[in-house]
Amino acid sequence: MTTPQHEATSEAAAVSRRTFLAGSVAAGAAAAALEGILAGRRAPAYAQGTRLNILRWVDFIPACDVELKRQAGEASKALGAEVVFEFINANDLQARVTAAMQSNSGPDIIHMLHNWPHLYANGLVDVGDLVEWQVKEQGALYAQSEAYSKVGGRFLALPHGIVPGLIAYRKSWFDEIGVTAFPKTYDELRQVAAKLKKKGHPYGQTLGHTFGDAPAWAYPLLWNFGGMETDKTGKTALDGKGAVEAVRFMTAFWKDGCDEGGLAWDDTNNNRAFLGGEISATLNGASIYIAAKRGQEKIKDDKGEPLVRDIRHARLPAGPAGSWSYHTAFGHGVMKYGKNQKLAKDFLKWLHGKEQYGKWFQVAEGFSIGSTKLWEQSPMWSTIDEPMKGFRTAPDNSRVIGFAGPPNAKATEAYSKYVIVDLFAKGVQGMKAEDAVTWASGELKKIYG
Amino acid sequence: MKKPIAGGSGGAAGLEVALPHPGTSRPRGLTRFLESERLLACLLLAPTVVLLGLFIAYPFVMGVWLSLSSVSVGNPGEFVGLKNFIKAWNDSIFQTAFYNTFYYTFWATIFKLVLGMWLALLLNRHFRGKRIVRAAMLLPFIVPTVLSTFAWRWMFDPTFSVLNWLLYQTGFITTKLPFLSDGTWGMWCAIVVNTWRGMPFFAISLLAGLQTISTDMQEAASLDGANGWQRFWHVTWPLLKPVTLVVVVFSIIQTFSDFQLIYVLTGGGPANATHLLATYAYQIGVATGLLGEGAAVSLFMLPVLFIVVWLQLRYLRRLEGA
Repeated sequence: MTTPQHEATSEAAAVSRRTFLAGSVAAGAAAAALEGILAGRRAPAYAQGTRLNILRWVDFIPACDVELKRQAGEASKALGAEVVFEFINANDLQARVTAAMQSNSGPDIIHMLHNWPHLYANGLVDVGDLVEWQVKEQGALYAQSEAYSKVGGRFLALPHGIVPGLIAYRKSWFDEIGVTAFPKTYDELRQVAAKLKKKGHPYGQTLGHTFGDAPAWAYPLLWNFGGMETDKTGKTALDGKGAVEAVRFMTAFWKDGCDEGGLAWDDTNNNRAFLGGEISATLNGASIYIAAKRGQEKIKDDKGEPLVRDIRHARLPAGPAGSWSYHTAFGHGVMKYGKNQKLAKDFLKWLHGKEQYGKWFQVAEGFSIGSTKLWEQSPMWSTIDEPMKGFRTAPDNSRVIGFAGPPNAKATEAYSKYVIVDLFAKGVQGMKAEDAVTWASGELKKIYG
Repeated sequence: MKKPIAGGSGGAAGLEVALPHPGTSRPRGLTRFLESERLLACLLLAPTVVLLGLFIAYPFVMGVWLSLSSVSVGNPGEFVGLKNFIKAWNDSIFQTAFYNTFYYTFWATIFKLVLGMWLALLLNRHFRGKRIVRAAMLLPFIVPTVLSTFAWRWMFDPTFSVLNWLLYQTGFITTKLPFLSDGTWGMWCAIVVNTWRGMPFFAISLLAGLQTISTDMQEAASLDGANGWQRFWHVTWPLLKPVTLVVVVFSIIQTFSDFQLIYVLTGGGPANATHLLATYAYQIGVATGLLGEGAAVSLFMLPVLFIVVWLQLRYLRRLEGA
């Protein structure tokens, strides 16, 4: 028996289908579905009560999550299904992915960091059609966004953005020791950090098991001294002079210039330490600056002035083999076990579209810079503060984890086990550089063979 | 004259007895079923067996299967025999975690036993506000582990530790103590937190045991000239031993397989220095997605715990026999 409610639902669904088809014809097969929905201002034919769950990290810019929640309300109306975001600590995301994939139930869409799509390939839906649409709309992807989401020729995540890491530093403290420009080499950085530490303002760097800041420091340090995780064929290639020199540098830098509590830091500790005036510099996303700006009434420097006025950003210094960086790429994966894959794709198209993404991008104020070069041209960059402008083109010197080999599932395993981070952590804890490299090389050989 | 009891027949002495009417009796099969003690026992036990099977036996069997397979996240894997166990045994981080698990369990249990016993003996005395103190003592045990461990983590924070601040302000230290940023310090911090959390369980259980010991025996020993220590060693301790052993066995099982405390306090760091078997199994199996290898790491706990429990229960039975 059909209840009046069901009839109403069916009618709405029928209209929606017509609208959907009309939109599809007008706009072309790839881009039409959502346009049709939006043009018709009617919900599409999703079953009543359909719910779409999206699992993401807790953003370091809280306003970004607020904006997503707001957009979820709009998306719910546009798609005719309840769109719900869940935000958890980034360090717990991988555990949730494992649990969801093994139990074949959980969020319909999961935030994919780094090259995780390679590790979770068997649980992700091919979203090549969405990537094709995104590239058409927003231009070519950054190389690392493509490398991380493309597995065996298929796109298994839709790139959402990159969070670049630059060194935030206190200009006045650098000035006090006669350093007016940020050090260009690691050796210079060590000397400057040593002077600052003597004055009670050490450099702050985590070497803990934490998803962002630790690998973003450790991998480039290895590369910039000429070390590499694997060779081009993907075989372990850590054993070498470059890796040993990198560990030697780190050990000395740690002792001379760093806050030695950093071994127990996660991604939030350096933010708090910097904003609390405990450290003079740290590798981070733009979240320190943005937090200091948004809280300038409360967050002051030692002279009582807003701390934000004293913050500058610089790229990682150069080592003997160059000046490479690592910037964390983010994307969204549609889970294979999900019962609403079509809806999930429609939602991602809506969320990643210029209009919606643009609003979120604006809120992020340079913390996340998009996954294509199109966003480098955004008018937002002309309105933000000068010290933030360095983030706009930061990914242009980025390498991918697993370098010089491909960023495959084995590279994700090495990342997840924090082998490269621990290589340096062992060094600063007293292990001889050669022994630390031998240990890490052994761990990598177990992974890569 | 007494009235006859209605409904019966055959009142030989003027007494009528109620007998079941043939037409209203229960079916024979059901009666026999309900009267069969064996069947009834099975019926009553069934829910428990089903629950144990679902929530203990099934996960355990699955765990064993996983440990013998190459299952990883999203990949069904295949049977690999003992390969995962051999790989774990040769893994330097596993070796650290294995050693740490014994170290952590040993010291935490010792401290919990000694301090718990001391607390129980104190609380067994009469003093004003005894009930409030007894209730307050249970607080660390009642508060969820994750919550209390977060509070400890803030106290041990590498940058803003209130303990470091206090020690610095009072002139005891000139540089920060590396509570969580040094492996040895981190492990001892974990032991302290575990002791703080587990001591009330020891104290309350031992206190219950102490209250079953007759005061006459203590008084008799006093009259014979025994001092406090002698009364404890020769009277209290022998009578308290069975309770103590049960509590210790229980504590060893809990501590050896501890996860929450380390996960929240140190995350196994710095550089894997404070991993226990449970946290390392989680790191490998759940965070990295190598479920087979993770299961193998966690199953290393089983024989160790089995031996400990078997030895202690055997000793307990001998005590009871004596």
